[in-house]
Amino acid sequence: MLERLRIFPDQASTIAGEVDTLYLFLIGMSTFFVALIFGLVIYFAAKYRRRSVNEVPPPVRTDLRLEIAWTVIPLVLVLISFAWGAQLFVTMGQAPAGAMEIHAVGRQWMWKFQHPSGGREINQLHVPVGIPIKILLASEDVIHSFFVPAFRVKMDVVPGKYTSAWFEATMEGEFHLFCAEYCGTQHSGMIGRVVVMKPVDYQRWLSDQASGEPLAVGGERLFQQRGCATCHRTSDGPTGPALHGLFGRRVQLQSGDSVVADESYIRESVLNPNAKITEGYQPIMPTFQGQLSEEGLHQMIAYIKSLSGPAEGRKAP
Amino acid sequence: MSQTVAAGATHAVHGHHEELGFWRTYIFSMDHKMIGRQFLFLGLFMLIIGGLLAMMVRWQLAWPETPVPGLSAIPEPYMYEGIIPPQTYNALFTMHATIMIFFVVMPIMVGCYGNFLIPLMIGTRDMAFPLLNMLSFWVGAVAGVIMLSSFFVVGGPAAAGWTGYATLSAKAAYTGVGMGQNLWIISLLVLGISSLMGSINYITTIVNMRAPGMTYFRMPLTVWSLFVTAILLLLALPVLTAALAMLLFDRTLGTSFFLPEGGGQPLLWQHMFWFFGHPEVYILVLPAMGVTSDLLSTFSRKPIFGYHAMAFSMIAIAFLSWIVWGHHMFISGMNPLLGTAFMMTTMVIAVPSAIKVFNWLGTLWGGNIRLTSPMLFALGFVSNFLIGGLSGIFMASTPVDIFIHDTYYIVAHFHYVVAGIIFALFAAVYYWFPKMFGRMMSEPLGKIHFALTYLFFNLTFFPMHFLGVGGHMRRIYNPTQYEFLQPLQDWNVFITISALLLGLSQVPFLINFIWSLFGGKKAERNPWQANTLEWSAPTPPPHGNFEVQPTVYRGPYEYSSPEVKEDWLPQDKPLAKGAAVRGH
Ligand code: HEC
Ligand code: HEM
Ligand SMILES: [Cu+2]
Ligand SMILES: [Cu+2]
Repeated sequence: MLERLRIFPDQASTIAGEVDTLYLFLIGMSTFFVALIFGLVIYFAAKYRRRSVNEVPPPVRTDLRLEIAWTVIPLVLVLISFAWGAQLFVTMGQAPAGAMEIHAVGRQWMWKFQHPSGGREINQLHVPVGIPIKILLASEDVIHSFFVPAFRVKMDVVPGKYTSAWFEATMEGEFHLFCAEYCGTQHSGMIGRVVVMKPVDYQRWLSDQASGEPLAVGGERLFQQRGCATCHRTSDGPTGPALHGLFGRRVQLQSGDSVVADESYIRESVLNPNAKITEGYQPIMPTFQGQLSEEGLHQMIAYIKSLSGPAEGRKAP
Repeated sequence: MSQTVAAGATHAVHGHHEELGFWRTYIFSMDHKMIGRQFLFLGLFMLIIGGLLAMMVRWQLAWPETPVPGLSAIPEPYMYEGIIPPQTYNALFTMHATIMIFFVVMPIMVGCYGNFLIPLMIGTRDMAFPLLNMLSFWVGAVAGVIMLSSFFVVGGPAAAGWTGYATLSAKAAYTGVGMGQNLWIISLLVLGISSLMGSINYITTIVNMRAPGMTYFRMPLTVWSLFVTAILLLLALPVLTAALAMLLFDRTLGTSFFLPEGGGQPLLWQHMFWFFGHPEVYILVLPAMGVTSDLLSTFSRKPIFGYHAMAFSMIAIAFLSWIVWGHHMFISGMNPLLGTAFMMTTMVIAVPSAIKVFNWLGTLWGGNIRLTSPMLFALGFVSNFLIGGLSGIFMASTPVDIFIHDTYYIVAHFHYVVAGIIFALFAAVYYWFPKMFGRMMSEPLGKIHFALTYLFFNLTFFPMHFLGVGGHMRRIYNPTQYEFLQPLQDWNVFITISALLLGLSQVPFLINFIWSLFGGKKAERNPWQANTLEWSAPTPPPHGNFEVQPTVYRGPYEYSSPEVKEDWLPQDKPLAKGAAVRGH
């Protein structure tokens, strides 16, 4: 019975409690106004109910002070809600530095995950407790949405770009993972689960996975197979810039703009190379649209990320 | 009744009465009142269809994959001996919402009342462009036929949600719906033309054709609301039209506006849709607010509290409604800074809404309240709008929205506001029925209708908040697939039973409406003793509306004025020389 009265799902992430507190603040405020206004409507309807046909009420005119009061008070209240919400939103929006990265791909109608050191899974996600996890999300077809109610996280998975969500689980156990954005016929069946384990158990689980090849290794193989390496060498050359140390760096573009090379930039460089041309290069890179799967792209990005340190990259090949 | 004929102003406004045949009178009429009635019938008919679709959706949620009674004749693959398959379920909620928003609330609140009331309330003979007006209805009716015809094409009707998010909507393979989705797009494109014609007409009429003395700030708030709505429509619709055209091209001509394979942006659709969509929700609600303001004043026998604040808050809402659309996209991966800005504007738009609610309270305060059926429904609208507006703040608060977005919380919110508008819609039907059809509706039946509708409306939609915070997503075919929603399934059953009863509660209305059309008590000219000009016209108003061109001496809300012994003072009633004339 108590279970049936339970309304909130478990609070199993670092932010869940804070979100619920804000929610309760809003509930408090709303309950107050609902009680006040319903109370007054009913009271007025009873008190000022017309009793005889000839009754003429005394004239009541607009009162500017009241008008100001009920403009300013709601304004102050919504500004408080805004300030509180904004501050929490900023925390929630930015994954802590050094979060463990997991790559996810949504498609009609399943979730696919790749762990940094290789393990892959479908509709299941194993993560260690107490460690911030950042999920990089991509979609193969339509918009999906990564939703774990117990963590209070939700993020749309949008085809053609990367989005990301992060959480830090505070509790071991199994939690539900859903697709929250309507995504076609079997949307309702796009169900998964998140298994939160002790870090040691997580390591053991990882090493038990058959496909234990790290993402970056798969990426490197693709890099060779697809011929990227013919143009992108370990140092800048006439055929293309070196990709060493690219990730996270600010890139100067031919258009005069500059962008920080993040996952979305690399993705765009590969799928739509002419959209942003690196300064000093000819637009000769062919598009790889349709030739790499979303998972392949994830691997490629993991590989390019791993090419850190320009020092080594600057050496002549 | 106190129909006043200003001395000397006896020239008949409309002398000659040529006989118009049946077709010109009832079908291809150019009279704004007939067009208003046509929109009303279109909207009520669609309300029945939209309502039945909702019942099927609810059936599936409470008792998933069991046969819906009475529907075993629908052939496979649309239904399996009465069992709704996922594909059909998705089409059901898509069409339910589309019909309710575009073919019920818009035709009735904007089409019907805009047409019927604007010329009468500002004291003129007809709309500025009667022919355009007729076309606006018939183009709208064609859009309705196209929308309904999509139920009968191969693959069934559209199933991408009423929001039609790309890429799901942009490729037939993603939903398995081909022709149906194209018809959905075409129907909305055609409907857009109808609304544009209507809004041009409303704006022109209000700007140019007000009776002598009818200054802007003597217009009833209903007219104000329709004016602001028409402007919003005129500006918002082209954006939807463009988006729909691009979507149609993506689907049929191989363009890639929204498809990333060809370099398109799926999120572009969302930006365009909501740039139209948020003003759209105010297009729906503003007329309801206007009507409610008029009714509250009339039945409290008191001037509306804060007339100027009411008019300006509508204008403020109209402005703000252009800069809040991003609140529908907080979790689409938008830049957090942008998200914060949208959170701010959305919070602020709640303020003019609050001002309206408080002014309504102020209107009741110290009044002499008559709880007639229209008044009860108007109060019902206030109550719903209050709850819907407050739940909007939860969603405006981004951290909370991240959790409740796309859950039943949203469904609760927009039913309190959009389905809540149905209360204002009923209030308007009860209130203006005498003027429209020359007969009164039954009060006892009206009150029964109100009591049942109010009760079951709240029993249906309030528990959806619980489902939402419980993590129950919207647009899911079968909640029992989710182990973690099991404890909430009883709520689903409860909601469905309430919804079925809510549907049944409309029977007294149907009976009342049809019976009153033919057998209701003949209505007097001004049965509610109201001030606005439509009540000075004969009942029902003839072609050309007024016997004499009315002249306006004051604002619309002079109830219980000390200047006259009755507790109402029509806008066009001249007072003896020397008596102070108060205007707003
Ligand atoms: C025909 C030669 C060629 C091939 C093959 C090629 N690229 Fe490129 N790539 C270029 C050139 C030239 C540029 C710089 C001009 C531009 O931005 O388009 C570039 C730019 C890039 C950039 C942006 C680098 C920066 O500094 O901004 C990335 C990332 C990239 N390529 C990745 C790849 C990957 C991954 C592959 C294999 C799938 C690949 N490239 C294949 C020639 C090539
Ligand atoms: C107090 C003012 C309001 C605020 C602060 C507000 C806020 C919001 C927010 C933030 C959302 C997006 C929630 C989400 O998808 O996560 C939303 C959705 C919605 N609102 Fe409001 N709202 C208000 C008033 C209204 C009114 C007056 C209407 C209609 C007349 C309305 C109709 C809708 C609809 C239809 C949706 C859902 C759209 C969909 O996803 O299908 N809202 N509202
Ligand atoms: Cu989905
Ligand atoms: Cu909105």
